[in-house]
Amino acid sequence: MVAVKETVEQVKELDVDQYKYGFSTDLEVDKAPKGLSEDIVRFISAKKGEPDWMLEWRLDAYRRWLTMVEPDWARVHYPKIDFNDSYYYAAPKKNAAPKTLDEVDPAILDAYKKLGIPLREQEILAGVQTSKVAVDAVFDSVSVVTTFKEELKKAGVIFCSISEAIKEHPELVRKYLGSVVPVTDNYYATLNCAVFTDGSFVYIPEGVRCPMELSTYFRINEKNTGQFERTLIIAEKGSYVSYLEGCTAPQRDENQLHAAVVELVTMDDAEIKYSTVQNWYPGDADGKGGIYNFVTKRGDCRGANSKISWTQVETGSAITWKYPSCILRGDNSRGEFYSIAVSNGMQQVDSGTKMIHLGKNTTSRIISKGISAGRSQNTYRGQVSAHRKATNARNFTNCDSLLIGEQCGAHTVPYLESKNASAVFEHEATTSKISEEQMFYCRQRGLSAEEATALIVNGFVKDVLQQLPMEFAVEAQKLISISLEGSVG
Amino acid sequence: MLEIRNLHVAIEDGSKKILNGLDLTIHNGEVAAIMGPNGSGKSTLSYVIAGKPDYEILDGEILLDGENLLEMEADARAAAGVFLAFQYPLEIAGVATMTFLKAAMNAQSRARGEGELKTPDFMRRVKLGAEKLGIPQEMLRRGLNVGFSGGEKKRMEILQMALLEPSIGILDETDSGLDIDALKIVSEGVNALRSADRSFLVITHYQRLLNYIVPDTVHVMSKGRIVKTGGKELALELEANGYADYVSDVAA
Repeated sequence: MVAVKETVEQVKELDVDQYKYGFSTDLEVDKAPKGLSEDIVRFISAKKGEPDWMLEWRLDAYRRWLTMVEPDWARVHYPKIDFNDSYYYAAPKKNAAPKTLDEVDPAILDAYKKLGIPLREQEILAGVQTSKVAVDAVFDSVSVVTTFKEELKKAGVIFCSISEAIKEHPELVRKYLGSVVPVTDNYYATLNCAVFTDGSFVYIPEGVRCPMELSTYFRINEKNTGQFERTLIIAEKGSYVSYLEGCTAPQRDENQLHAAVVELVTMDDAEIKYSTVQNWYPGDADGKGGIYNFVTKRGDCRGANSKISWTQVETGSAITWKYPSCILRGDNSRGEFYSIAVSNGMQQVDSGTKMIHLGKNTTSRIISKGISAGRSQNTYRGQVSAHRKATNARNFTNCDSLLIGEQCGAHTVPYLESKNASAVFEHEATTSKISEEQMFYCRQRGLSAEEATALIVNGFVKDVLQQLPMEFAVEAQKLISISLEGSVG
Repeated sequence: MLEIRNLHVAIEDGSKKILNGLDLTIHNGEVAAIMGPNGSGKSTLSYVIAGKPDYEILDGEILLDGENLLEMEADARAAAGVFLAFQYPLEIAGVATMTFLKAAMNAQSRARGEGELKTPDFMRRVKLGAEKLGIPQEMLRRGLNVGFSGGEKKRMEILQMALLEPSIGILDETDSGLDIDALKIVSEGVNALRSADRSFLVITHYQRLLNYIVPDTVHVMSKGRIVKTGGKELALELEANGYADYVSDVAA
C-alpha cells in the first residue's frame, strides 16, 4: 500500500498547515479598478484586444445580469457577496502576452514548479512522466503559457487560451461560445459571460484522436480577485480528447470568488473525457477564508453516438456549487458523471449533475461518492430527465455518502423526471459511517488511525478513482487523504 | 510472556463492571484456553488486551514481555506482538484483501523499525499461507471479508495471524459458526503456528475446539475472574458437568 505510506509521509511533512498550495507569489500586476460596471467590462475587453462582437456579447450579458437574482436553492450558507468589492482583472505585468517560455516571468514559472506543474517542454520530456501532457497555465486572469502547441498543431488540434482563440479563430468561437450554456443560463454563468478573463480553447478536428492529454492549470494568486475562466472544447465527428483541469489558490483570510463556465460539444461518434481535480483553498478550520466556487459546466452530446464523461475530485473551496451536466441530444449518445466530493472543516458542498435525455436510446451513468468530515455539509443534487422523444432512455445513479465523525452532514437530493414511458431510471443511495469497530479492526492489525481512515476511504472511492487518468488518480488519492487529515482521533 | 494482574475493567460510561480482579499468566509457547458461560467477560478480556477503546481500566496491569500494554494504542500493541482473531471479522468494502494484508504487514514492520517487504516476497508468503488454509487466490482480490462466508472469514483471520507472526495470538470464539471441516482447517492453521516463543489465548464456549487445538492450561472464567485453573482434562470435566459448580462458587 504505497499510496497510503506516501500519504502519511506527505501529511507529516505538511505539519499543521494542511493546505500545501497556500503560498502566494509576489508579482507586479496590472489590475482593473475595483468593482463591477460597464466600464470594467469594456476595460477587460480592451485589455484583451477583443473584436467588437465580443465586447457587445459581454455588455449584453452584463445588462442581463443586472436584472437577475442570485439563486438561493442550494444547501449552502454564506454572507451576501458584494460584487463591487472585488477586482475583475489581474494580470502579471511583465510580458503580458509572452510568445515563448523564455519571456514568461521566472516568478510565475517558479510558482508552477512549486505546484508540481512543469511548463518547460524539455523538463516534461526529461521528467519521469511516461506520457506527455500539454498544459495551458492560467494565472489569475491570463493564460501565461500553453505547452506542446506545435506538436498538437501537426495533428490539427487547436489548444490555446480562449483570448487567443477569440482573435485567431473567431469563426469557431462565435459558432460555439454560449451554445451549450446560454448567456442567460444562470446568475453566475451570466456574470462569467460579462467578465470572463481567460481559459482554454480546444478544437479537435474530424477523425482525430488527440495525441496527448490536454490540461489546464488554474491558479488564483492576487488578493480580492475573482477568477472567471471560460473553457470551450469542441470535438468534431469521430474525434477523441481527454482533458484534465487542476486548480489551487493561496491561503487568504478573505473569501474569493471563482465563477467559471465550461462548455463541451461532441459531434457524431466523438468523445470528450473531462477530469477535474479541484483543490482551491478551503478556508481554515473555523471557516475563515476560502474560495467560493460557483461553476457551470455542461456538455452537449450534439451528434449521434457521441459521449461525454465528467470525472471530478472535489476537495477544496469553502463553498462548492457545481453540477457538471450532459445534454444527450444525439441518438445513442452517452453521458457519464463520476464524482468524489470530500468536505472537512466548515466546507459546504452542493454538487451533482444533470443528465438531460433528449435523443433516442440515450444512456447515462452517475456514480457519486461524498465524504464528509469535521463540521462540513455535503449535498448531492442530481437531476435526470427524459424528454418525450427520448425513447429507451436509460439512467443508472449510485450515490454513496460516508460520514466521518459526529458533526458533519450528508444529503442526497435526486430529481427524476420522465416524459417517455419507455425510459428506465435506476437510483441507488447509501449513507454509511466509518464505524469504530472498523477502525479498531484496522488498528488491531497495526494501522494508525490516519492509515486506517485512508484505507477505508480509498476503498470507498475506488470506483471513481478508476475513471481518472493514471497520474491523476495517484494525485487524487493523496489529496483526499490530506483533505481528511485531522478528521479522526 | 503475558501477565495480567488484578485487572478491573468497566464499560466506558462506568455503568457496568465486567472484569473483577482478573489474574492470568501465559508463558511463552503455552496455549491457554479460557472457558466460561455467556457474560463472564471472555470477549471483553480479549478486547482489553488488544486495546479496544470502549473500556475503562479501573485497576491492574497487562504486561507483554515486561512491557505495559495498557499505555499503548491498539496499533502499537499489534506491532508489539498482540494479534486478535475476531469473533466477527469486519468488512472493508473496496479494499482488496491483498492490499489490506500488505498495508498491515508494512505498518507493523515500520513500527518495529524494520524495512518494508519487497512485493515478490510478500506475494510468495501470502500465496503459501493461503494455500495451507485452502483460501483461493480469487478471494484475496475481493474486498476484505466482503461477501465471505463465516468459515472464510475465520480462515482469513488465521491467514492474517500467520502473516503477522504475533508473539501472542488471541482467538475469540474462533469455532463459532464453523462446520467440522472448517474447524479442522482453522485448527491445523493454528497448530502450525505453535512454537516455543509464541503463546495463544483460546477463548471458547465448547470443549470441541480443544480436541483440535490441545491446550496446555485451561482456565474457567466467571463474573470477570479466573475461578479455576487446570490442565486439558479440566475442559472435559466442564463438558460433562457444565459451569454450575464454578458459577455458584463465586456467588457463595
